[in-house]
Amino acid sequence: MKTEQPIVLQIKKIVNEASKIKTFIFDYRLDSEPGQFINLWIPRFDEKPFSISYQDDKKFAVTVACIGPFTEKMCSLKEGDLVGIRGPYGKSFNLKGKNIVLVGGGCGCGPLAFLADEAVKKKINVNFIIGARTKDALLFLERMKKSNIKTFVTTDDGSFGVKGFATDLLKDFLEKNHIDAVYSCGPEKMMKKVAEMCKNKKIYCELSLERYMKCGFGICGQCCMDDSGFRVCTDGPIIQGEEALKLKEFGDYRRDASGKKVKL
Amino acid sequence: MLSTKLCGIKLDNPTILASGILGVTASSLINAANNGAGAVTTKSISLEERKGHSNPVIVTFEGGMINAVGLSSPGIENGIEEVKEFKKRSKTPIIASIFASKTAEFGEAAKRISEAKPDLIEVNISCPNVEAEFGKLFAADAKVAASVTEIVKNSTKIPVFVKLSPNVSNIKEIAKAVEAAGADGITAVNTAGPGMVIDIKTAKPILHNKMGGISGAALRPIAVRCVYDIYETVKIPIIGTGGITNGRDAVEMLMAGATAVGIGSGVYYRGIDVFKKVCSEIEEFMKKEGYKNLKEIIGKAHEN
Ligand SMILES: Cc1cc2nc3c(=O)[nH]c(=O)nc-3n(C[C@H](O)[C@H](O)[C@H](O)COP(=O)(O)OP(=O)(O)OC[C@H]3O[C@@H](n4cnc5c(N)ncnc54)[C@H](O)[C@@H]3O)c2cc1C
Ligand SMILES: Cc1cc2nc3c(=O)[nH]c(=O)nc-3n(C[C@H](O)[C@H](O)[C@H](O)COP(=O)(O)O)c2cc1C
Ligand code: FES
Repeated sequence: MKTEQPIVLQIKKIVNEASKIKTFIFDYRLDSEPGQFINLWIPRFDEKPFSISYQDDKKFAVTVACIGPFTEKMCSLKEGDLVGIRGPYGKSFNLKGKNIVLVGGGCGCGPLAFLADEAVKKKINVNFIIGARTKDALLFLERMKKSNIKTFVTTDDGSFGVKGFATDLLKDFLEKNHIDAVYSCGPEKMMKKVAEMCKNKKIYCELSLERYMKCGFGICGQCCMDDSGFRVCTDGPIIQGEEALKLKEFGDYRRDASGKKVKL
Repeated sequence: MLSTKLCGIKLDNPTILASGILGVTASSLINAANNGAGAVTTKSISLEERKGHSNPVIVTFEGGMINAVGLSSPGIENGIEEVKEFKKRSKTPIIASIFASKTAEFGEAAKRISEAKPDLIEVNISCPNVEAEFGKLFAADAKVAASVTEIVKNSTKIPVFVKLSPNVSNIKEIAKAVEAAGADGITAVNTAGPGMVIDIKTAKPILHNKMGGISGAALRPIAVRCVYDIYETVKIPIIGTGGITNGRDAVEMLMAGATAVGIGSGVYYRGIDVFKKVCSEIEEFMKKEGYKNLKEIIGKAHEN
């Protein structure tokens, strides 16, 4: 019988991706789909959700940005240390059409990189817009290039690629090309713009949402969004752009661990 | 066929979303109501804001679920807002669950939450995961349970249900005491234990709080016995809660003496539409056995 208890694994390998961003690789066949996440447990410390950023028959990985107590602790772990995982949880991306665009911001590039790998296997043409604050925070460029994925980089400060936001590049892209579908993960305000652009142009679009999570399997109610009560952990995290735009709090506010509203 | 009444409040069906499951926001409670719940209960609301315990807060095991969420709460002001929002958007009855760590604060919480006009107030004196005033459960001592009930009753005009713990040697005594103190109904039961699950590879308890309350299938026979005992002792209505996942379980609880049934962990085992599923299973059973209404079932196990 399946139980929601963590499986404890050794961290096989740690890769420094960029400044304060690390990928943790595990020798374990996870059988997840792009867009799904795991709850990662540091015993007696805490447990938090992370999207899968890489997977093959024998391995999987998550890519973590060190931004607070838990992720800092993650980043202090060494190869060989033990952590627990449960999942995979949540809904995955649905690949549509022959020519797609991925729009990633920061760590949001993780699930998109996994999606890009799957799309290439299905002979879909992938254009990956990788957005980062600066050159130092740039993710997966080499990995994507190796897979012959077309990459386009934007940085907020112009230290690499095009200066500006990923959404500026997307706008250009949608005007000049025939695109079947757009997939995005990153800051919510960015994703909201992506969803609006796609809605206007009637292009299929999917996003990956983040809300404060406790259980991860749809019972605590902590991750539910207004007004429909959409459970990000089980009904999401992947959602169609048009559906996301119907959620009152999308791009506006979220709830913290107590359930109190906080502005984005 | 499935309608039932709690203190004059009509429920279209006897299934109630139990406290602490999906009950953080009005939107989520409405989602449960749209999935067939005859009434919904908020997650227990406290006066002050509380984050709850660190994760993991819920694990499952072969026999059910064990949780130590640690009574996270957005605080009374936000709690009032969510209940008001629910009342604005839904006709389904709503039960506001309140909790406090000091006897006197229960009165204040009841008074404040009444501003939002919930249909019922449920007093959670039985959460095993947080230390109460005297280092033990309010629900473990008949006198303490009665004094909390009295304070709450004096602070509101809304009918009051008191939620009891199965972790007591004599639940009849506690039930009698809260009835005498003015309770309008009893919810039975909260989680049992507490229990513990240890990861054997790291030799560490999995729940951050180490121990947590047991719900789901493992709790069901205990909950059924508690409801049976309480029904023999008091006249006020009982919401029977513990391990109900299907129509058979619900009918069993009604036969033990419950007027309505709470469903919590069942949301995990059968999905959020567990309420619709349980209702159609109860109805199927009733048709097959020739029952016309719930009155014929409630307390039937006491005829022998
Ligand atoms: C479905 C999903 C997938 C995610 N995937 C990734 C990923 O691939 N890589 C990555 O670096 N991060 C990912 N995150 C975010 C990651 O969970 C947070 O960065 C992490 O929880 C922060 O914890 P902290 O203690 O380091 O920081 P804190 O300072 O505690 O928090 C920083 C931010 O993270 C959010 N956060 C904190 N705890 C939680 C929680 N339990 N659930 C959800 N959000 C929380 C807070 O609201 C805050 O905005 C994902 C989140 C979700 C919901
Ligand atoms: C995750 C979780 C959180 C809970 N939180 C509360 C709570 O805040 N207040 C409360 O009175 N009961 C709480 N409970 C107890 C339930 O309301 C219910 O009494 C118990 O789970 C037994 O029912 P079940 O077997 O159908 O889950 C919680 C239970 C679970 C599983
Ligand atoms: S995290 Fe508990 S319901 Fe989504």
